[in-house]
Amino acid sequence: MGKSIREISRHIRGIRSTMQITRAMEMVSSAKLRKAREVLDASKPYYETVLNNIQDILGSVKGIKHPLLEEREVKSTLYIVLASDRGLAGGYNSNINKLTLKEIEESNGEEKIITVGLKSYEFFRKKHNVIENFLGISEKPEFSDAVHIAKIAMDLFNKGEIDEVKIMYTEFESMIKQTPKTLKILPVDKSAITEEKTGPSVLMEFEPSAEGVLDFLVPRYIESTIYGALIEASTSEQGARQVAMESATDNAEEIIGELELTYNRARQEAITMEISEIVSGAEALK
Amino acid sequence: MLQLDIVTPDRKFYSGEVKMVVARGVEGDLAILENRAPITTPIKIGKVRFFEGETEKSAALTDGYLSVLDNKVTIITSAAEWPDEIDFERAEAAKKRAEERLKSKADGTDVARAELALKRAINRLSFRA
Repeated sequence: MGKSIREISRHIRGIRSTMQITRAMEMVSSAKLRKAREVLDASKPYYETVLNNIQDILGSVKGIKHPLLEEREVKSTLYIVLASDRGLAGGYNSNINKLTLKEIEESNGEEKIITVGLKSYEFFRKKHNVIENFLGISEKPEFSDAVHIAKIAMDLFNKGEIDEVKIMYTEFESMIKQTPKTLKILPVDKSAITEEKTGPSVLMEFEPSAEGVLDFLVPRYIESTIYGALIEASTSEQGARQVAMESATDNAEEIIGELELTYNRARQEAITMEISEIVSGAEALK
Repeated sequence: MLQLDIVTPDRKFYSGEVKMVVARGVEGDLAILENRAPITTPIKIGKVRFFEGETEKSAALTDGYLSVLDNKVTIITSAAEWPDEIDFERAEAAKKRAEERLKSKADGTDVARAELALKRAINRLSFRA
C-alpha cells in the first residue's frame, strides 16, 4: 500500500471541502441563472418593438440615408468582447476570447477592443489595443451600461476612427450549449433588417421627419442590441458556471468514492495484519 | 378602443385597452384617439396620460418614442414610472444636484446631461400631489 491511512483520510477531507464549495457555487449559479433568464425574457419585447419599428421605417421610406447605416471600407474594427469577471465557468471565457482572437487575425485592418469583464481584459490588454474596460457589470448588466458602451462605439464610428463594430458574445442556446458568436452592429446591416419584413408597408407619418425619427431610432436599436447581448452573455455565464461546477462536484464525488475504497482496503489490511500478529504472538507463547 | 403598450428595456410597463392616449411629442403634445393614421415620433421627457374606461391614469416617462399603427399605440421609453413608484426625495436631490451643476458651470460640466437630469427630476416632481 502506497499511502498511509491517515494520508488518505486527509486527502478525502480536502476533496470533500472542495466539493462543498463547488456544490455551493453550482447552487448559486443556478439561482442566478433563473434570474438572468427572467431578465432575458423581459428585455425581448423592447428589442423586438424597436426592431419592428425600424423595419417599418426602412420598409416604407425608400432610399433613406443615415450615417450609421452606411457601409464603408473597413480599415479599423472595434470589437466589444463580453466575458465575465470571474473564472470557474468552464470554457466560457476562453471560448469567447479565442473566437475574438481568430476574428482579429483574419481581418486585415487594425483593431480596437472594448472589454467587458476582467477575464477578457486580462487576455487582451498586453498585446492588443484595449480602449475601454468595463468591470463589475457582466453578471448584472443594466440598460445604462449598454447605453454607455453604445455611445462610445457610435462616437468612434461617427468620427471615422472605426469603420465597423462587432460585438462578441456567447449565445445561450440551452443549459448545456452556449455558443460564442459574432454580431456586427455597426454599420447597421440594412438588408438583414428589411429582409424579414413581409407584406405591403403602410403609409406611416413621421414627426418631425423620417430622417429625424431614424436619427432617434437607430441609436436605440444599437443600444438594445448591445443590452440584449449583455444579458445573453450573463445568462450564458451562469449556465456555463453551473455546468462546470456540476461536473466538478460529480468528479469530486467519484474521487471520494475511489479514495474511500482504498481507505477501507488499507484499514482492513492493517486490521488483518494486527490480528495475524496477535495470533502468531499467541501461537508463539504456547 | 386602442391597444396601448408601454415598453421599457427591463419590463413591459403597461399593456391594456384604452380610450385615449395623451403624450408629449417632440413637436408638441398629441392626443391619440381610435383610428388615428399611422405615426411615429420621438417623445420628450414628460408624462403620458391615458383613459382606461373612465379612469385616468398617468405615468412619468423619460425620452423615448411613440408609434401608432392599426389602433395599436406603442410607447418605447428608457424608463417609466407610475406616480406611486416615484421616489420624490431622490428626485428632489437630483434636481438640486443638477441645478448646482448648471449654476457652477465648472470645467467639465456636461451641460446637456445636467439639463436632461434636471428635466427628468422636474417631471417626476410634477406628480407630487
